[in-house]
Amino acid sequence: MTPILQITDLTAGIEDREILKGVSLTVNPGEVHAIMGPNGSGKSTLASVLAGREEYAITGGTVVFRGNDLLELSPEDRARQGMFLAFQYPVEIPGVSTANFLKTSVNELRKFRGQEPLAPAVFLALMRERMKLVEMDQSFLSRSLNEGFSGGEKKRNEIFQMAMLEPILAVLDETDSGLDIDALRIVAGGVNALRTPTTATIIITHYQRLLDYIIPDVVHVLWDGRIVRSGGKELALELEKRGYDWIKQEAAEVA
Amino acid sequence: MAQDSAILDEVVQNDYKYGFTTDIEQDLLPKGLSEDVVRFISEKKQEPEWMLAWRLKAYQQWLKMKEPAWPNVTYPKIDFQEIIYWASPKKKESLNSLDEVDPELLATFAKLGIPLEEQKFLTGVAVDVVLDSVSIKTTFQDKLAELGIIFCPMSEAIREHPELVKQYIGSVVPTNDNFYSALNSAVFSDGSFVYIPKGVRCPIELSTYFRINARNTGQFERTLIVADEGSYVSYLEGCTAPQRDENQLHAAVVELVAHTDAEIKYSTVQNWYPGDKEGKGGIFNFVTKRGICQGDRSKISWTQVETGSAITWKYPSVILKGDHSIGEFYSVAVTNHLQQADTGTKMMHIGKNTRSRIVSKGISAGNSQNSYRGLVKVLKVAEGARNFSQCDSLLIGDACGAHTFPYLEVANKTATVEHEATTSKIGEDILFYCNQRGIDTESAVALIVNGYAREVLNQLPMEFAVEAQKLLAISLEGSVG
Repeated sequence: MTPILQITDLTAGIEDREILKGVSLTVNPGEVHAIMGPNGSGKSTLASVLAGREEYAITGGTVVFRGNDLLELSPEDRARQGMFLAFQYPVEIPGVSTANFLKTSVNELRKFRGQEPLAPAVFLALMRERMKLVEMDQSFLSRSLNEGFSGGEKKRNEIFQMAMLEPILAVLDETDSGLDIDALRIVAGGVNALRTPTTATIIITHYQRLLDYIIPDVVHVLWDGRIVRSGGKELALELEKRGYDWIKQEAAEVA
Repeated sequence: MAQDSAILDEVVQNDYKYGFTTDIEQDLLPKGLSEDVVRFISEKKQEPEWMLAWRLKAYQQWLKMKEPAWPNVTYPKIDFQEIIYWASPKKKESLNSLDEVDPELLATFAKLGIPLEEQKFLTGVAVDVVLDSVSIKTTFQDKLAELGIIFCPMSEAIREHPELVKQYIGSVVPTNDNFYSALNSAVFSDGSFVYIPKGVRCPIELSTYFRINARNTGQFERTLIVADEGSYVSYLEGCTAPQRDENQLHAAVVELVAHTDAEIKYSTVQNWYPGDKEGKGGIFNFVTKRGICQGDRSKISWTQVETGSAITWKYPSVILKGDHSIGEFYSVAVTNHLQQADTGTKMMHIGKNTRSRIVSKGISAGNSQNSYRGLVKVLKVAEGARNFSQCDSLLIGDACGAHTFPYLEVANKTATVEHEATTSKIGEDILFYCNQRGIDTESAVALIVNGYAREVLNQLPMEFAVEAQKLLAISLEGSVG
């Protein structure tokens, strides 16, 4: 089985500061990986580097996505090849309706795959159907993207976009942060509904509670720019119970 | 003087020998402005004596005036004696069908995407084309004539409808209103004249395309639109110009008169050559546009999408004289590279319960400077006046400038005046977000800018809104990344 994503010894940083210090990770089709770790361990940097944010300099290692060198691709080409990032802080775009934004996005992806743009009626029907996954009201479609949305609504909108774009690999960057328990359940429900045997998900999170709703196949602990421990879903429970200090201690001993 | 006349004769009688982009024979005056030039233009256009007198008076006023120095723009001093004030296509026999039009000219229009074909009729647009100074062809005049609507070149109106022109020309923008209006009044070449009779709703959008063609030739259009009681008209003006190395002066005057219960909607899509990335070339656009809501419950609405010109100096305004009259100004002004725009509006509230609405969206990119300048003036007699102004600035990159100069002069306590302003920037975060959704940076800018300008674009008739959307995207190509 060819992995969807294979990261080998990835090092990256911003300005002179190295943040990722040798990350290796393999994600296979059908899998859900959780990446946990305390603040500042490099979780969001990893998400940004995968999506292609320019501020980060890649200093070493390789990332292969669906058989191609991911690091060679522009952010938009990564997206077109099936990489999706659910942003920790989704931006607001005044004047651009959610529907118009998504139409542009979906049609760019279709164009890349050599497909015709979707007919407006078909597209509208698809949006209405997929919104139900995250219990979003149709009125959001005509509102400017994320403008005046609550924190929870923005996160639901991210998952709605994911449902529309049908990515091969979705990276959820702290999608659970700032969500109340109902919103968390709704977002998790959406992600679960989108799980398929041919796609994969990486969930980046601070807390274990999202993993009560989305059961991961593998849990990794990122600490000081490295994955210091990987295990099954029970690792997340252990972290919840014992905190991160024992991991830090173990890592320090290894080093 | 005798020598001047000899040169004149020579130029007029010979085909112009110098390089033109379009190989249409033209005749021109030599450079420079004098009383003789004004007389020459008037004579060329077979104008009556009163029109010549009007022009000469304006010329005398102009001689005593100075160029305005207050706009927030800088440019090399214009030598008004280096400008050619008259150029017209050589072939002057009147044409009845497109077959008679110079094929070279038709090809130029095709390049500009201006279809003069009868297809236009199917889309409901009558086109009055101005190439340089003389109107070549006016379509659908007959159909409009059935309704009593007059839609013709200004020069024709002066000959055929002198009573109307005499009554209204200079009534909204006096000849000595400003330096450029005086200049225009002295030497105006042509333009459009529209008269909508009482109670008539003009069934089609009236449209004029202007194009600056001849090198070193200033264009001085003169447009006058009169909507009589209870009538309605929507007028569209669109401009394109081919690339030029030398600065070209454009100083148009547009006057609108709306009588009781009449409505005039004037839309402009302006895309003249803005100069290259180093700021070389480009059109200098000094325009005076003003309308008067003469009668009660009349309405004038200006919509402009300004993407071209090296320098834009333009303030489409409304004098709200009639009670309950309404003035509107919707504007999108885009500046890129080294373009400079100082544009806005004036709303003069005189009548009771008059209302005005200003929506200005400035977009600055590159090293450009974009200024909004607006005046809302409520006179003492203007009981119950209301104004709402929204001035937004959008910055792309960090080398450009956006400026807002709102002036409020309120002399009546019952007035309600609201002003809102925002400044936003298309930052890296927004662009990256769009990139991550598969939208490249150019498309993202187009998407965001069109969203930002939507409120104004929505005011344009459908087919022009689509055109304007494309124009905004093209104007901002290469502004980021």
